[in-house]
Amino acid sequence: MERVKLDIWVGIFVALGIIAMFYLATRVGNLTSNDVNETYEVKAYFENIGGLKPRAAVKASGVVVGRIGSIKFDSEAFHAVVKINIDDRYSFPKDTFANIYTAGLLGEQYLALEAGGDDVNLKAGDLIQHTQDAVVLEKLISQFLYNSAGDDKGKD
Amino acid sequence: MMNNILNFLEKLGASFRGTLFGLGSGARLFFLTIIYSSDSFKRFNLTIKEIYFTGVLSLVIIVVSAFFVGMVLGLQGYYTLEKYGSSEAIGVLVALALVRELGPVVTALLFAGRAGTAITAEIGLMKTTEQLSAMEMMAVSPIARIVAPRFWAGMISMPILATVFSMVGILGGYFIAVLVIGVDDGAFWSQMQANVDFHNDIVDGAIKSVVFGFTCTLIALYQGLVAPPTAEGVSRATTKTVVISSLSVLGLDFVLTSFMFV
Repeated sequence: MERVKLDIWVGIFVALGIIAMFYLATRVGNLTSNDVNETYEVKAYFENIGGLKPRAAVKASGVVVGRIGSIKFDSEAFHAVVKINIDDRYSFPKDTFANIYTAGLLGEQYLALEAGGDDVNLKAGDLIQHTQDAVVLEKLISQFLYNSAGDDKGKD
Repeated sequence: MMNNILNFLEKLGASFRGTLFGLGSGARLFFLTIIYSSDSFKRFNLTIKEIYFTGVLSLVIIVVSAFFVGMVLGLQGYYTLEKYGSSEAIGVLVALALVRELGPVVTALLFAGRAGTAITAEIGLMKTTEQLSAMEMMAVSPIARIVAPRFWAGMISMPILATVFSMVGILGGYFIAVLVIGVDDGAFWSQMQANVDFHNDIVDGAIKSVVFGFTCTLIALYQGLVAPPTAEGVSRATTKTVVISSLSVLGLDFVLTSFMFV
């Protein structure tokens, strides 16, 4: 086969590979929705983070506004320290609530931010004061069982 | 009785020594290839020719099998997910299965069968007809002229083929799930995008395909070079290429997966 024709075919082949990689990165993967904007980091303390993982979504009113940066355990205060990266475009009042919720019944856990009423906004390095832990199913069930057992006794 | 035990031990020792010898000479071949590979980049048209044979000509089989694998994943996934009322998750299932596992692995198996055998048979026949010795007589290194371009062609082609496989497979799953069965189009893509991570899934799949490309190409080249210079020897070497490549790919896949997706 001629050299030029060969080059053209190999060129098409390599271009196809690049297109496929681009396609996987943008259409299939989440490269477009991540790390595009600058972020600022705030901290929050939780007694129990449940199944929250680094890179999990941070949502406000259901809109993704950031990602969980890192999760560590503070062995002096005995609680989890969660670092949250929030997109620079969004700002939240200082008394914002941070709650850990579950997406759907079996979905993964995410952090929901609910804005408070303070005039001052959160800055990089600030601490979110108001947090609500993840719901642990076993605790809920045992609470429910305890309550219903109490009800039965009341009837007797 | 004693003889039997001795016989068994002897066979065990011989097979172990053989395996070790193969690994050692394979590694030696790899380093020789690296040392002599300056030619395959200086005269890049040598490599381009091999990319044409190993890569471009494998495209048809890769695209067709990818489309069917994607369609089967779509169908099977739909039947099972439908029972749990979450048929929208089909996009995630198809994409993760293809990008993480089936893309690199099935491509490597097809690559070993389509391109690996061709490399082994070609080099084996060159050796049988004493073309390699003739080259050495003319002070042309067969490693630089024959082995290195094929090695780099395999290393370049395999990741491209695996990426194309994943893309076409996902389109096959899309075809069945959305166009034929009627799963919601938006949910299919958005769930996929929410759950497929570029760094953890796509890049790790690409790393796998590079490792498999390396393994398959090196095994094919090695088997071709050590094939006994007879018709039977070449045919046996070709068979060995497929068997050893497939087993190594599946074994390596397990090792890589246990490292990557913890």
